[in-house]
Amino acid sequence: MLLYTLRRLLVAIPTILLLVIAAFFMMHLAPGGPFTSERPLPPEVMANIQAQYGLDQPLWKQLWDYFFNIVVNFDFGPSFVQKDRSVNDVIAQGFPISLTYGALSFLAATVIGVILGIAAATRHNSWVDYSAVSLGIAAQALPNFIMGPILILVFTLWLGLLPGGGWNGGQWEYLIMPVIALATSYIGSIARITRSSMLEVMNSNFIRTARAKGLPDRTIIWRHAMKPTLLPVVSYLGPVFVYVLTGSVFVDLYFSTGGLGQSYVSSALTRDYAVLLGITILYGALTVIVNLLTDLAYAWFDPKIRY
Amino acid sequence: MFGRSEKAAALSADITDFKAVRGRSLFRDAMGRFVRNKAAMASVVILTLIVAFVIFGPLFAVWDNEEIDWANMGDIRRMGAPSLENGHYFGLDELGRDLYSRTIQATRTSLLVGLIGATMALIVGTAWGVIAGFYGGRLDSVMMRFVDILLAIPLTLVLILILVVAGRSFIALFLALGAVSWLTMARIVRGQTLTLKTREFIEAARAGGVSEPAIIFRHILPNLIGVVIVYASLLVPEMILAESFISFLGLGISEPMTSLGKLIAEGAGTMAYGTLWQLMFPLFFYVTIIITMFFIGDGLRDALDPKDR
Amino acid sequence: MTRIARLTLTALLSSTVLTGAATAAFAQETHPETGEELAEDQTFTYRLLDDVSSLDPQIVEDVDGSDVVRDLFEGLMNQDAQGNLVPGVATGYEVSDDNLTYTFTLREDARWSNGEPVTAEDFVYAWRRAADPATASPYQWFMELMSIEGASEVISGDAEPDTLGVRAIDPQTFEVTLTTPLPYFAQMTTHSTTFPTPQSVIEEHGNSWTQPENIVSNGAYVLTEYRPGERIVRERNEEYWNNEETILDRTVGLIINDENVALTRYLAGELDRTEIPAGQFQRLSEEYPEEATSFPRLCNYYYTFNLSDSGPEAFKDPNVRKALALAVDREIIVNNVKGGGWPPAYTFTPDAVAGFSPPTTEMAEMTQAERDERAKELLAEAGYGEDNPLEFDMIYNTDEAHQKIAVVMSQMWKQKLGVETNLSNMEWKVFLETRGQQDFDLARGAWCGDYNEASTFLDLLDTDSGYNDGKYSNPDYDALLEEAKTAEDTTPLYTEAEEIIAEDMPVIPIYHYAGVYMLDSDVGNWPTENVEQNWYSRNLYKIAE
Repeated sequence: MLLYTLRRLLVAIPTILLLVIAAFFMMHLAPGGPFTSERPLPPEVMANIQAQYGLDQPLWKQLWDYFFNIVVNFDFGPSFVQKDRSVNDVIAQGFPISLTYGALSFLAATVIGVILGIAAATRHNSWVDYSAVSLGIAAQALPNFIMGPILILVFTLWLGLLPGGGWNGGQWEYLIMPVIALATSYIGSIARITRSSMLEVMNSNFIRTARAKGLPDRTIIWRHAMKPTLLPVVSYLGPVFVYVLTGSVFVDLYFSTGGLGQSYVSSALTRDYAVLLGITILYGALTVIVNLLTDLAYAWFDPKIRY
Repeated sequence: MFGRSEKAAALSADITDFKAVRGRSLFRDAMGRFVRNKAAMASVVILTLIVAFVIFGPLFAVWDNEEIDWANMGDIRRMGAPSLENGHYFGLDELGRDLYSRTIQATRTSLLVGLIGATMALIVGTAWGVIAGFYGGRLDSVMMRFVDILLAIPLTLVLILILVVAGRSFIALFLALGAVSWLTMARIVRGQTLTLKTREFIEAARAGGVSEPAIIFRHILPNLIGVVIVYASLLVPEMILAESFISFLGLGISEPMTSLGKLIAEGAGTMAYGTLWQLMFPLFFYVTIIITMFFIGDGLRDALDPKDR
Repeated sequence: MTRIARLTLTALLSSTVLTGAATAAFAQETHPETGEELAEDQTFTYRLLDDVSSLDPQIVEDVDGSDVVRDLFEGLMNQDAQGNLVPGVATGYEVSDDNLTYTFTLREDARWSNGEPVTAEDFVYAWRRAADPATASPYQWFMELMSIEGASEVISGDAEPDTLGVRAIDPQTFEVTLTTPLPYFAQMTTHSTTFPTPQSVIEEHGNSWTQPENIVSNGAYVLTEYRPGERIVRERNEEYWNNEETILDRTVGLIINDENVALTRYLAGELDRTEIPAGQFQRLSEEYPEEATSFPRLCNYYYTFNLSDSGPEAFKDPNVRKALALAVDREIIVNNVKGGGWPPAYTFTPDAVAGFSPPTTEMAEMTQAERDERAKELLAEAGYGEDNPLEFDMIYNTDEAHQKIAVVMSQMWKQKLGVETNLSNMEWKVFLETRGQQDFDLARGAWCGDYNEASTFLDLLDTDSGYNDGKYSNPDYDALLEEAKTAEDTTPLYTEAEEIIAEDMPVIPIYHYAGVYMLDSDVGNWPTENVEQNWYSRNLYKIAE
């Protein structure tokens, strides 16, 4: 297992390397640069700025310097657009925020989704089942970006209960709306996978055997059915976890949380190459790690799998 | 999101159990099971109605989708509400255009986006997966490594960059959606091909001197159809969701064309200003399409994969 | 908290009696001039669209960022509520007879927030820094625009920064040498690029000197908190020389990307100022007559024809251009699309510009029906009609408001003139690149004046202008602008230039900008008459409600 983990991590390095190179060239392919603006800069000013940021060098040299600085100084370079900040600053400030509300949303979605799914499956074809299923589907079918304005309208303007945005160091009243907005669309899908997976498990032979032995339902569900039920859920959760962190652009946008989702989208639109690459590397690494963790979790849930 | 869904996960879990060869009656059996699935059948009916609405709806339209109703555009909040009298059955949008015609046009766009996006994923993903799985060895590992790398690129980046580089058009939209959705398809197909490859009838065909392309076309592909169709049907709603995300970022197709995602994004912006119909009509069609597609996809999976229920 | 507002028991009593509602247990303070009661909590909260580009005076380039910098730092001169020049760090200045040397006298009590005095050396350092290529400021050209001696050479790297024509005669005397006389030079010292910066702090902390824990500033406020994507907070600077007259204690900028959400949060009482989304002004001014405000600003909004070789043949004919310009019903755009509050434009330069009197053009005089009639005639004359329909592409950058206007214009042309337009919206950078390379037929444009003078707009259409993306060229027009540079009275020249524009119609002016805000009625002294919208928190105050 340890060997397997090490090998996977080793393979991750060239993967991320290729990822950065791909992102780097794709970025430079896009028209316009970080200093293209409504008022075109006089050529000599443009030259000064490009020289300062190393953009006058040939592309391969820029790429090489970029890697060199990361490996030697762990420096991801300066932001070209927010000129007082470095990429390290952007990530150091934004990532903990994304991580906090992302992880909380993930947790909320998983717990609520799994409970809904199990409730639906254990009371198959009852009203509990039907309402859980329709709730799940409705939550999933709503485009998640309309949740933001709706929540702010209801909780801030009409009820006056919660602040309409901001982060404030992650105080709970600032967290509620982002977490609800982000968790909603995943609750539905998690509930539906859990439900169908559980139904399948409950029909399998070993559960029938356990039933025949006269074990109480509660024991059967928690002791025997739980692990195999969660197997497909886990493989779904892995990518969701990364996505919850990358896909939070609408949360940052509507709730002014200051997370990385907004930085990421705006860095692509403003051609802030360094920020874009920095966050890409972060997300790439995160994907690789989470995929590894998912596979390891898989082994734990299903003893048949060995690495 | 986008082709990395629960369904894919559930499917890949199912794949190992998937019985590849089931003879001629497979599809008739599956059809029978599908028809008995009430939710799926109801969804088919509703979806057919929506398609009929898209096709025949324009016959009843008084206004076309880009025409501005100058007389009523000044005060949308009071004059723009849905009305049978002035022919704006769904009311007016912020610019005084007929929402009925725009919703029809948007629904058509979204359905097309879903279908074409899923088809592209289907073609590219199947080809990629079959080749990697069938030929195996170094080619397989190179091809699958490539897929792994692409899967590690955040989708937002891919979508934004493609739409920025390629500009705003239907083609760019399909390219972008196709580009992010074929990866999981390729993985599923590859896995499926790997198991098929070792089966007796393929061995027999090989021994009988059938050429490799012929084996792929005559024996492998027909046996993949079930899993591919199921997955593709699940991709359709995801493509529609993805398009709405793109529209939200402001990178959707150009005016005067529109899509449901775009109409919803616009309607959501103005929902506090007393023009709620601008959100509700497109949202209704959007949600209905997504839900029916979910049920149809589920129904197809259950029908083509009879091992339980 | 030291506040100068006088505490008079009688005032308190009388106001209590008058309003009958004031139940404050503590003494209410009043504004020293207007006598209005001041609120207990002197905090002004407003909406920012996005993160600021920088808080470094020499580097900042965006409007929102400059607003913050103007609070944190103070330059030689300031603007008052009408945009007139008033003393800042300098108490005044003298100009030499040849108008080439400016000598500013600095006040002795000006201090940095760390207690050190602000001296002429600080200005010398800052101005050299602005021009120094190593600073990589996008506003280096501003030093050139100010015609400071040696600026061009420093920027191009041919001379060292210390050759720039600025020097400190003594700690309180700052001297600038110009290459050409510039009538509005003193006005330019209100721009953030010219603000002093603390050398020792910058050298110690490098790029991160503007972080709240490092920054040292000389304005009425200090930066106490900056959380990117969320908020920027500045609070009273006790060391500021005029701290006693500052009423507002705290200004909070909340970064809210979506204007509709910002309005919701305004209505929930979280903000004192926010922009009104397009189309909502009329409704809001009915519902909140005290709060919905609109005032002219120094910006225009137009569409430019591509007149270069890559442009369509049809646009080479002035009649076609005129026809298209005439058929745009600006009243519909400003009233129905923008929702009121914005003045329609029949000239390129906004009416609000100082010393500009718009010509009476044929177009402005006609009714819309007459314009439409004339447009049809002109287009027919040019040879376009049903059997030979005019067709072209129209580009604008992705934005809901721009999109609405483009759609409405294309529909007007289609329905009135039978002209086919293909709309294409482009992401901002792509749009700039495309327009800059003349790869378009008709493109959106907008411009905000750098200073309050018509040339800041009219220069755009000069043959040699770097911003002239439509490549319009008319020697008579260029000659007029050249003449205006040295003329005593520029007003008739600018009017004449606008007449040429009206005749040639290289651009279609649509409307002029207005500041259209929801502004809480308890915010005192918002400078609505300052067309450049250079506002200073220290002039604002919060009235008790």
